[in-house]
Amino acid sequence: MRAFLLAFLVVAVPARALDEGAVHRLVFGDADERSQAIAALVAEGDPRAATLLRALAEGEVATAGRRILLVKGETVADALTGEALASPPEAREEVVANNRLRREIEAALAALQLVSPARDARLAAARALAGGADETLRPLVRRALAEETDPEVRALLELAAASLELRGGDRQARLSAIRTLGASASPQARTLLAALLETRSDGGFAEPDPEVRAAAQAALRAVEARLAWGEFAGLAFAGLSLGSILLLAALGLAITYGVMGVINMAHGEMIMVGAYATYVVQSLFRAHAPEAFGAYLAFAVPAAFAAAALLGMALERGVIRRLYGRPLETLLATWGLSLILMQAVRTLFGAQNVQVEAPAWLAGGVELFAGVVLPWNRIAIVAFAAAVLGGTWLLLARTRLGLFVRGVTQNRDMAACLGVPTARVDTLAFGLGSGIAGLAGCALTQIGNVGPDLGQAYIVDSFMVVVFGGVGQLAGTVVAALALGFVNKLLEAWSGAVIAKIAVLVFVIFFIQRRPQGLFALKGRAAQG
Amino acid sequence: MRRLYGPAGWTALGASAALLFVAVPLLSLAVPPGSAFHLSQYWVTLLGKIMCYAIVALAMDLVWGYAGILSLGQGLFFALGGYAMGMYLMRQIGREGQYQSDLPDFMVFLDWQAFPWHWWNTDQFWWCALLAVGVPGLLAFVFGYFAFRSRVKGVYFSIITQALTYAAMLLFFRNETGFGGNNGFTDFKRILGYPIATAETRVALVVATGAALLGTLLLARWLVTSRFGRVLAAIRDAETRVAFCGYHTLHYKLFVFTLAAMICGLAGALYVPQVGIINPSEMSPANSIEIAIWVAVGGRGTLVGAIVGAGLVNGAKSFFTQAFPEFWLYFLGLLFIAVTLFLPRGVVGLFARRGAGAA
Repeated sequence: MRAFLLAFLVVAVPARALDEGAVHRLVFGDADERSQAIAALVAEGDPRAATLLRALAEGEVATAGRRILLVKGETVADALTGEALASPPEAREEVVANNRLRREIEAALAALQLVSPARDARLAAARALAGGADETLRPLVRRALAEETDPEVRALLELAAASLELRGGDRQARLSAIRTLGASASPQARTLLAALLETRSDGGFAEPDPEVRAAAQAALRAVEARLAWGEFAGLAFAGLSLGSILLLAALGLAITYGVMGVINMAHGEMIMVGAYATYVVQSLFRAHAPEAFGAYLAFAVPAAFAAAALLGMALERGVIRRLYGRPLETLLATWGLSLILMQAVRTLFGAQNVQVEAPAWLAGGVELFAGVVLPWNRIAIVAFAAAVLGGTWLLLARTRLGLFVRGVTQNRDMAACLGVPTARVDTLAFGLGSGIAGLAGCALTQIGNVGPDLGQAYIVDSFMVVVFGGVGQLAGTVVAALALGFVNKLLEAWSGAVIAKIAVLVFVIFFIQRRPQGLFALKGRAAQG
Repeated sequence: MRRLYGPAGWTALGASAALLFVAVPLLSLAVPPGSAFHLSQYWVTLLGKIMCYAIVALAMDLVWGYAGILSLGQGLFFALGGYAMGMYLMRQIGREGQYQSDLPDFMVFLDWQAFPWHWWNTDQFWWCALLAVGVPGLLAFVFGYFAFRSRVKGVYFSIITQALTYAAMLLFFRNETGFGGNNGFTDFKRILGYPIATAETRVALVVATGAALLGTLLLARWLVTSRFGRVLAAIRDAETRVAFCGYHTLHYKLFVFTLAAMICGLAGALYVPQVGIINPSEMSPANSIEIAIWVAVGGRGTLVGAIVGAGLVNGAKSFFTQAFPEFWLYFLGLLFIAVTLFLPRGVVGLFARRGAGAA
């Protein structure tokens, strides 16, 4: 019976199998033989080698005599051919992989991705190897480099190849590798080059040839300059991104505070309402028009504006108007409103955060330098903030309503005497401010989760922007938001996020005491409060 | 000596004192637990907590109700007092913590070898009591000096005190600050050598809190009925005019702001041993705003109103958070709006028309 089966299997073996010798050494050999076998299998670059190695790491390889089997649940297959066995041999012995072998297998599996047909898998593998590949992978890297067409993967592979040459190559090869590294701007290149210049414990240099060392020194300087520039660009962009978020959050507050002189503690909840409006629009699209999902933002933006603006106008009519002339009470009443709004959202949508899925066209980013990626969603928020700012400026500077708003901000009584309907201006300005907060909420959905507490995180920051920038001029808000964003990010890189935040708060507190009217104050009697 | 209260007022005060100092200990310690008159641990603790809040509310009434300064930093001063007392209580744990070390557990966890400098002398009760009052007072003095000198007032002052509170909360959330980070201080064992969880200690703490509350009330009453109190009220109503009359408004505001901070620190120090925990969430800006609503509910500028408001709101909070937890924030939010819209003089204001001066 058994003999018959064996005969059957021999017939079924396909034309090209894995390197049988290597597989045998892998399974039956001692530790060193196993390592060599892995290297041999990897160099071959056969996808079936990956299957076998993975199975070995997971304890799914067994032997029956000299035969090597893959055991996956009930099905048993021959490791060399991949053919499933109709009746597997009963007497099997599992092949145990120790930790060292597991580590080697893991590295090998990662490396094997270099010849994977999927570009992302190759990219990830090349990235892992770029910082210094193991000597055994040299043939694989060479082969992958010869076949690779994607420029990004190629660049990383060249780094990996250079790292191999630096260690194993002759003088000429090392110099050429240094040239390759010197042209890149990756942190791995810096590490590799710096390693050449280190002194060993016996006093000699890691790189014996002085000429090569000099070349490495020059290349290192070039790489470091590029890296520093990239770091700075990344930091600047992070500051710009935070600044534009702060701007979106604070712009509406600046308008309502400027016009009515009241602090709207529910402003953060307007942001939250805008975010939830976006969530609702997104859910509707997913449920009813999944094919047009990428376009949901076009509807979410007006929805977020409208929801927050209507709510804001209702609040102004219902509560804030009745507290005219009592700013401290307004502060408390709007705080009460914010509590109710938060709890209402908890009742309607649950206390858990909800996820707003970004449309596909906002995924990914532009790579400015190696390691400095500007995500599209952040870029979009910067652009969106600029657009909202432009729109607000047009509205305030070029329309009749804007004229009225500016008039009431500067001198309410005089504006009223000249026939400005201040009550209506109040309502509309409050609606505008709240609507802009709603837009901020819509933007925030693209970079984080949406929860009932979303607004709370921004309320103190928006106040800081408004009091820092001063009231009554858009420029003040813009400068303050960007300045606080940049300073926050710079300090964050230097001292950590919490300390940065505390430092900014303390700075603003002291700034207000030096200059209570903010950076950009209205001139003249209007500024008297 | 000026009269602080009329005969009715003194009678009410005496009755409250008798209730606190005689009835509460009797009912909770002498009456057996099975009896209908027994005052259980839960009620004793709740009473103590609410009286601490009432002390804070009195302080808030002094700065907001009388001087017109809506400070959103009272919760910070309260928490600072609590942390000062918490440091002493942590030292009292001794070697009975999880790691049997002289250092509190969280420091062992952070792998610290010695107490950081600000823990100096914190095993002495008197030093921590001094810190509990002195640190909030000093902070308020320095902060208030700069703020009032630059004529920061109104909502601006509210906002920067809120920012200060927020910044302090972030600072205390950090493990490196040396106050236990997120978890703060808890698992206290003893106070002044007595075990902290027994009925006797708790009653003693409640009696001490009651004494502090009555003392604060009398001090505040004495202040606001004095010439000083009148200047304060004048500053609230027309600061510029008072300044033109030759008063240095900075000194008045600074004094009352600092005093209120010290009172809040005292309340915090009494609060922590009773609830058994202090952590940075006590400093959250929301807490400080809630203090304002206690005063607003009771009635600003009436002192008694502050106590009544603290009792009403916190009583309602205990009730709601147990019976209908999801409705508490609706209720609190509506309270903020309703009181500011319809009850500007608070609950006490409703009754004040009868018998003027009873408050």
